[in-house]
Amino acid sequence: MEQGNTEHSHGLHMDPAVEYSSSKFGMWLFLGTEIMLFGGLFAAYAIFRAKYPEMFLEQHQELNREMGAINTCILIFSSLTMAIAVSAIQKGKKNLSAILILITIICGLGFGVVKYFEYAAKFAHHIYPDTSIFFSLYFMMTGLHMLHVFIGLVVLFVIMVLTWKGKFNETYSTPVEVGGLYWHLVDLIWIYLFPLLYLIG
Amino acid sequence: MANNAVAANVYVSFLEKKGILSWLYTTDHKRIGILYLASISFFFLIAGMIALLMRFELLTPASDFVSPHTYNVLFTLHGSIMVFFFVVPGLAASFGNFLIPLMIGAPDVAFPKLNIGSYWLYLLGTLILLFALLQPADTGWTFYTPYSANTDTDVILLTFGVFVLGFSSILTGLNFIVTIHKMRAPGMTWHRLPLFIWASYATAVLQLLATPVVGITLLLLIAERTLGIGFFDPAKGGDPVLFQNFFWFYSHPAVYIMIIPAMGVISEIIPVFSRKPIFGYKAIAYSSLGIAFISFLVWAHHMFTSGISEVAATIFSFLTFLVAIPTAIKVFNWTATLYKGSIELHSAMLYALGFIFLFTIGGLTGVFLGALAADIHLHDTYFIVAHMHYVMIGGTVMGFFGAIHFWYPKWFGKMFNEAVAKLAWFLVFVGFNVTFFPQFFLGVQGMPRRYATYPEEFQSLMSLSTYGSWILGLGVLIMTVNLIKGLFSGEKAPQNPYGSLSLEWQVPSPPPLENFVEIPHVTDWPYGYGKKKEVDA
Amino acid sequence: MTWIPEAASNLASKVDGLLLVITFISIFFFVLISAVLIYFAVKYRRRSDDEETPYITGNQTLEIIWTVIPSILLILLFVYGFVVYKDMRTPPKDAVDITVTGKQWLWTFEYYNGKKTLNELYVRQNRPVRMVMRADDVIHSFFVPAFRVKQDLMPGRYTQLWFTPTKIGTFDIFCAEYCGTGHSKMLGKVIVLSPEAYDIWEKGVAVDGGEAVASLPPAELGEKLYKGKSCNACHSVDGSVVIGPSFKGLYEREGELEDGASYTADENYIMQSILEPQEQIVKGFQPVMPSFKGILSDAEITAIIAYIKTLK
Repeated sequence: MEQGNTEHSHGLHMDPAVEYSSSKFGMWLFLGTEIMLFGGLFAAYAIFRAKYPEMFLEQHQELNREMGAINTCILIFSSLTMAIAVSAIQKGKKNLSAILILITIICGLGFGVVKYFEYAAKFAHHIYPDTSIFFSLYFMMTGLHMLHVFIGLVVLFVIMVLTWKGKFNETYSTPVEVGGLYWHLVDLIWIYLFPLLYLIG
Repeated sequence: MANNAVAANVYVSFLEKKGILSWLYTTDHKRIGILYLASISFFFLIAGMIALLMRFELLTPASDFVSPHTYNVLFTLHGSIMVFFFVVPGLAASFGNFLIPLMIGAPDVAFPKLNIGSYWLYLLGTLILLFALLQPADTGWTFYTPYSANTDTDVILLTFGVFVLGFSSILTGLNFIVTIHKMRAPGMTWHRLPLFIWASYATAVLQLLATPVVGITLLLLIAERTLGIGFFDPAKGGDPVLFQNFFWFYSHPAVYIMIIPAMGVISEIIPVFSRKPIFGYKAIAYSSLGIAFISFLVWAHHMFTSGISEVAATIFSFLTFLVAIPTAIKVFNWTATLYKGSIELHSAMLYALGFIFLFTIGGLTGVFLGALAADIHLHDTYFIVAHMHYVMIGGTVMGFFGAIHFWYPKWFGKMFNEAVAKLAWFLVFVGFNVTFFPQFFLGVQGMPRRYATYPEEFQSLMSLSTYGSWILGLGVLIMTVNLIKGLFSGEKAPQNPYGSLSLEWQVPSPPPLENFVEIPHVTDWPYGYGKKKEVDA
Repeated sequence: MTWIPEAASNLASKVDGLLLVITFISIFFFVLISAVLIYFAVKYRRRSDDEETPYITGNQTLEIIWTVIPSILLILLFVYGFVVYKDMRTPPKDAVDITVTGKQWLWTFEYYNGKKTLNELYVRQNRPVRMVMRADDVIHSFFVPAFRVKQDLMPGRYTQLWFTPTKIGTFDIFCAEYCGTGHSKMLGKVIVLSPEAYDIWEKGVAVDGGEAVASLPPAELGEKLYKGKSCNACHSVDGSVVIGPSFKGLYEREGELEDGASYTADENYIMQSILEPQEQIVKGFQPVMPSFKGILSDAEITAIIAYIKTLK
């Protein structure tokens, strides 16, 4: 009885406006924690780059700028499709929304494929996480980011299925929006990673 | 589902439904609070027994009860379990969960499913801990590199368990912040909130922002052990002190996660048992926020001898002295609340007064450690061990025990034996001081910490400390038995045995399923004791 | 009861002054708060259940007073702590350098004239000394309570501390940063000698707290060295394995090395193990023993072997 599982919120009917603003607020807070998490790695980057500037300049040339740029475009595009997906469901267009989320997921998978080839090329050249501080940072930062991309893909997949099934509409689309916010953060982190790792010097 | 308009006369206690699944899958914040309370109490007792083993070994200088390696494992487990499985979830996850919705006039937290999800993460963490015990780490709960990156013991599982627990902590903090912002009852303005809510809010902010940093730190340590990355390895161009900076960036705010809720508890107990409004409400409320803010700026005071620059050390010392100020303000305000009160020394009040007494000692000894030249001598000695236990036991645990004794009738609908509770308090209070006060002197005399064996000249104080631990242990045992007994055979609790004005006491004991038959409309703060006309002393 | 070890360095008395001031201020505030607490709890104890209480919510003047006064005191203490600290971090130009290496679980000291000692630091009274320190493996911390000095040692980097010993005597060195199984055994001694005694020591004659070491029978000397040079940190005499093989029954023991070759622990084997420990690693053990070349004289090695022979 007290498990409150009949509605999406709780047994007691929660004011939809409060629930909406709570969910958005909650997601922003969660994004804050992700920034703190990656912040540690960015801090490590700053510290080691200040300590070994030549290492960074020299070794980043091993990175494949083209693949990095392709990934950047893929993610930015996927953020766009996600934004439109949110806008679509807010207008009640569930099929369009679901398709756009699908495209977003495909982009994310594409990102993963490119990353796979990138990592494979590194390993083929005997470049591993323990090769140097620069590559430790490269693998840790892009690796952790990739993990977040995968988590995002799982979340988006669930949201896409629910959207397709008609669980969301113009009055209630909170999970889609909140999922979109998460995906934008994943994109944003990459937008910082890319120049810091691939484009210095 | 429950239609509150219709069932006004049908009271169903939240404890009514039985069955293990109704607990494991609950989304009721009051049940989740009990799940946490039971879990953290269990780990408190386990880690406490480990401490008793350690102190037993330390009765004599030689390593005659356990080997040095075993001793090192023991203090690692004692610290890790106490910090991550007991104190960090602590008052926040148990009493925060139980009280926050009730105190603000809400039916539950903002995200009830996330709430039980946080608890499941906690359980996952304990499962990982179990496996970590197969080859337990011997690094200390601080996991300093390079030792932690190289030791043969299982550091990975223990740190991964801590990582998972950190996630649980973050999500709880997130839930509470949103709840406090969005779900206050009509009329419950920020300045009418109970001070426990202000404290919970400050704590939740710390949980949210600081915990991810220890998450990434432990991830990097695991990566160093598995992938060979070298951020902390000088042979690879890294810096072992970087680990310490990352670690303490979280762990210093973490100690405020541990203490601020306890301070919130004291702010609730003292007005009730002196029937006076809390003195200096705004000062106490804002000092919680002030402490939380400054706590992010002082981490390197754990590293004055680690090789940090003099400039850095100076700045951190200055900021450390700054954080003492809002803390002192609270102590003065609590004391002033007693003035011209009508004071009842209920066991909860005894714990609250004990808190003030002992936390003052803990806080003042922090001043020694903030002073650069003094810290050089005292760092890594038993003075630190004493200081930390005065604030954590004398502070947090006193607050925790006080909270249990205070809200017990409300939470469980029963009364415990008050006379036995007072006896237990006395043993805990005396035992604690006998255990830890001598350790200040040991530290000043130069006895280092984390020593399995020690020079003979320290034996008299070390054995005195061990005898104290037996008294403390006995007190905790009696208290625990008394509280558990009350659950089964205690008297039924009235709705408001202590005459509190706070919202949680205006509902039955135990509270009904969705807390309030009707969401209350709040018109005043909860400290209106003696209110006839306003008098400023 | 001695509250604190006797101040034996120039810095110690300054630190003690600071400690004393903080102690008095702490005692003052503690007594103040406790007294008020107890006084109120007694004076205002509940006498009847319906007694009235005044509605007092605060007092701004009081808040200001008890914010400002502690703030001023705290700032003053900060400054005091900083001033002494600055002195502790500024070695005088004429300090002599001693290099310290911390390693699991012993200290080596190298003096400016090339002399090397293990776990025993010899210094001359009233002459400032700068310790230049580094660790070989994990973080250690060099701590001399009597001097009130402490500083971490880490691999890959040098740290330093300085002091001027003011009293003649022997003072404890502790490792103050947890460094593994032998952390509490990583002990040493600072031996502060008068200028004359120091000169004698510098010339190479063994000075062991005044005792003429050379006159001891070899096995007895060997036992002293077993403890004094930290062999006991890794080798037991009762058969148990600490880090390295036990000395019990070691003499003429036969066994297998890591590379499959066999060994017999005769005099030459033991001597080589002490001087070139990495050459022959017993099967099942780690190659972590440091070399004692330059630290133990031939006579001392002979004494240790004599001691080992007595351990059947």
